[in-house]
Amino acid sequence: MNGATEPRGRDLRRLAAGADARSAELTDALADAADERGLVDVGIGWVDSPLGRLAVAVTRRGVLEIVFPDRDRDDWLSSLARDVSPRILESPTRAEPVRRQLDEYFAQRRTRFDLPVDRRLIRGFQAATLRALERVPYGSTSTYGDLARRAGSPKASRAIGSALGRNPIPIVIPCHRVVRTGGALGGYAGGLDRKRFLLELEGSLKS
Amino acid sequence: MSGRVAVPPFTELVEEHRAMVHRFLTVAVGPLEADDCFQETFLAALRAYPRLEHADALDRWLLRIATRKALDHHRGRRRRPEPSETVDAADAALAGRPESGASASPDLGDPLWSAVASLPPRQRAAVVHRYVLDLPYAEIGRLMESSTEAARANVAAAMRTLRSEVSR
Repeated sequence: MNGATEPRGRDLRRLAAGADARSAELTDALADAADERGLVDVGIGWVDSPLGRLAVAVTRRGVLEIVFPDRDRDDWLSSLARDVSPRILESPTRAEPVRRQLDEYFAQRRTRFDLPVDRRLIRGFQAATLRALERVPYGSTSTYGDLARRAGSPKASRAIGSALGRNPIPIVIPCHRVVRTGGALGGYAGGLDRKRFLLELEGSLKS
Repeated sequence: MSGRVAVPPFTELVEEHRAMVHRFLTVAVGPLEADDCFQETFLAALRAYPRLEHADALDRWLLRIATRKALDHHRGRRRRPEPSETVDAADAALAGRPESGASASPDLGDPLWSAVASLPPRQRAAVVHRYVLDLPYAEIGRLMESSTEAARANVAAAMRTLRSEVSR
């Protein structure tokens, strides 16, 4: 018997050296292959911005969600899995057009977004509100009351506030452009500092 | 009909189990072929994902798919000639890999590789499950769609061959 060279089962493990790192390197290619075969229902990606690291979700129809960094990642992905589809993959390729346009926006080289939007997380009354909001241009603001009139429900400015608060695609659907009648900022799901930053970026609020 | 079950986001499965799947495939089919089998495994899983009827032991579910891919791979390969070309291609592919440092790449000169490559596919898969992934025989039997006894016999036969091949 040659005890020195005789392999024991555990010696097989050394053959797997590098497999863990390799599996991580293959993940982006897997997302692309899955996308080509129509197997990715939601592609997610990350965008570094002055507001922090934004998460984006993109379906075959368009941008589904833009999420501020405060939201817990696992919690967010679980609700996407439940409400849209569990076939969710990190897909830098899918997220790329959104990343590019957000970069341009934050660099003040873009004043409107040219991205298809997936509206399936926008429900009921919210839809009319967000549609009305899309007519408020870069560099200007509207008020909750004005938006209520534009959405066809002049008495509903409180409901408008909550519809805006649940806007799944902030920045692209510009809910930061809605302020109180007296000029106070009102609310913002991403926090008032972020709202102030966006309005200053667009030049509608002086710092 | 059963309703849709709550399964986790697929990306979670990939992140949690990709290393295990690739470790299994690297030794079960070889480092060059492992990348293709890895992709096929996860694509097959994605295809089946919406029809999944439970969310239990998803790691074992992935591993069962990977095992089937490994066995299919060997079955297809038997019809292909020129094994020496494959070894050259493996060397070339490993040399061309971006971002993988020399220390992390599998050592193709390791005598264990040729010993492992000489194993019949089912023995090879079983011995990898047992010793690379540390799985119990009952689990290996289920993964290979056979019995605990068959798993035990496959692992024992594989070890006999490995010993005689390496100390020859």
